[in-house]
Amino acid sequence: MSTKIEVKNLTKIFGKHVRQAQTLLEAGKSKDEILAETEATVGVDRANFTVEDGEIFVIMGLSGSGKSTTIRMLNRLIKPTSGSVLIDGQDIAKMSKAELQKIRREKFSMVFQSFALLPNRTIQENTEFGLEIQGVEKEERAKKAREMLEVVGLKGYEDQYPDQLSGGMQQRVGLARGLANDPEILLMDEAFSALDPLRRKDMQDELLDLQANLQKTIVFISHDLNEALRIGDRIMIMKDGEVVQIGTPEEILSHPADDYVERFIEDVDRSRVYTVGNVMIPATTVNIEKAGPRLAARRMRENGISSIYAIDSQKHLYGIIDANDVRKAIKEDQKDIRSLVQDVVPTTHIDTPLSDLMDDISSTPVPYAVVDDDNHLLGIIVRGAVLGALSGNEVNVNV
Amino acid sequence: MFNMPKLPLADWIDSLVDWLSHFEGFFYAVTSFLGGIIDAFQWVFDIIPIPLFILIVMGATWYITRKNRRWGLLVFELIGLLYIWNQGYWRDMTQTLTLVLSASLLAVVVGIPLGIWAATNKTVAKIVKPLMDFMQTMPAFVYLIPAVAFFGIGMVPGVVASVIFSMPPTVRMTQLGIEQVPTELIEAADSFGSTGWQKLYKVQLPLAKPTIMAGINQSMMLALSMVVIASMIGAMGLGTQVYFAVGRNEAGSGFAAGLAIVILAIILDRVTQALNQDKH
Repeated sequence: MSTKIEVKNLTKIFGKHVRQAQTLLEAGKSKDEILAETEATVGVDRANFTVEDGEIFVIMGLSGSGKSTTIRMLNRLIKPTSGSVLIDGQDIAKMSKAELQKIRREKFSMVFQSFALLPNRTIQENTEFGLEIQGVEKEERAKKAREMLEVVGLKGYEDQYPDQLSGGMQQRVGLARGLANDPEILLMDEAFSALDPLRRKDMQDELLDLQANLQKTIVFISHDLNEALRIGDRIMIMKDGEVVQIGTPEEILSHPADDYVERFIEDVDRSRVYTVGNVMIPATTVNIEKAGPRLAARRMRENGISSIYAIDSQKHLYGIIDANDVRKAIKEDQKDIRSLVQDVVPTTHIDTPLSDLMDDISSTPVPYAVVDDDNHLLGIIVRGAVLGALSGNEVNVNV
Repeated sequence: MFNMPKLPLADWIDSLVDWLSHFEGFFYAVTSFLGGIIDAFQWVFDIIPIPLFILIVMGATWYITRKNRRWGLLVFELIGLLYIWNQGYWRDMTQTLTLVLSASLLAVVVGIPLGIWAATNKTVAKIVKPLMDFMQTMPAFVYLIPAVAFFGIGMVPGVVASVIFSMPPTVRMTQLGIEQVPTELIEAADSFGSTGWQKLYKVQLPLAKPTIMAGINQSMMLALSMVVIASMIGAMGLGTQVYFAVGRNEAGSGFAAGLAIVILAIILDRVTQALNQDKH
């Protein structure tokens, strides 16, 4: 992956006496001191981050954290006070008006919180807007817009007007308009925040589905940590104009940078973020091709368990062997344990979110086995580990 | 206080007007230009036979209100225009219409760009605001004096005075309409790489259109309210009939001509409002 956007020391100061405020900021004064002295507000304070090609980068923070200002400086809807925004190595902060228009047409699209559709235009005409600005021929842009409306599931609504559509549908139009001019970078400013929770989840899923095919670079603003954790490949948390932490969802949940982030993640529904891989533990196994009942019995005794997972030499999972059956086999002096294997083990995949397993984990007597596509046993899920992860204890980050 | 000399403001204005009359050539050019517009309107109104004129007005209304039929307005137009014809005020009515349409046209041509400019430039807005206040609240009679000095008597000074008096709503409503376009829509236009003109034509003006139309409607009504005043400096029309009736103390004919003005006002108002009700 290559770097698509590189932001260095990006700063925005609003108000009067900007230069004086900047000198104070660089001298290490706090925002309140600067406000008192110069009446200038520091919107974004020397932010540094990179966005990789093809990733979903979520900028997350509460209102007033500077996230909206930051995203608007990426395409220079707001001109930075200082610092640079390199798009494929070109500094957008230094571009002329013509260069800026060109790069906005060629590389960027933006999706807005309140959809920003033109009320006097049909859905079709709204979707064509970006292409129209570029001067694309009428027929070609109509074709492209129809394709995009189909992609977002709005085929048949072309001739309706925005006020005839629900919020969720309007935002699909916003997305279709954003995708129609085939941007390299999609900026989404609280794009789903105005939708009700169910619609929001649908749209998040849809964005992830779309992204699987499109592989755009997406910068997504959100104030909802659950949303950030759900869709973000990486998350940047901002507070009072400063970057507090940048990391993958797991990194942020397991190693919050400071108290602020920690307070934030307290209420997170971790079951949505953690996958089976984060909580699985190694299984105690017995190789049914080599071991006999006595070995199996000893291993269960050593580990204090009443059943053991049966695998072959290639670690294919066969099932489970119960301690009572082993005891019986020893009495009857059986050598082979293959006949004792019960194929009753529920299995799951390593990428399954815990939330999908929650109900079943509590009701199955045997711990879930984690297997790959070829039925190789990778580990098991025990209830204790799941509860530990959900309450915020350490998990396996690097699986 | 009693010993303070009176500020010679009136003298200054007189000198200014005197000085301005040196630009005779300029005012002559403006007069011929405005005269051209006025004559063109009047020529069109004069060659159309009255019954056809009534049919055209009703047909246009029929077309404009196609999404939201208004039968009452059509009936009103028919009866109202027949009344004006019947009272012998037809030519006066078309003269008044010419005055109103010329003044409105100029108010639009000057007012909309000025409103756009004021919406995009704070300095311009600061100058335009008090200027508009002044133009609208200064008693309209006052404009007649320099108007006659510069443009002689007749329709042209009448139109000039009407334009000055009636332009503010168009300027103000254009400015307001453009300022009211939601920030996100402006950002959307910018984020797709619009030029300033693209933003204006594709986003700002279409969205401001209802507000601008309301401003134009107001300007038209103000221009109509000037017709009696304008008649004092020789702008012919229904206003002249009212003015004469006042001079001769004839309440009856004054009322009859006044009613014709009301009818014209209602038709102009309802038709321009209907233009604005086209939702999409």
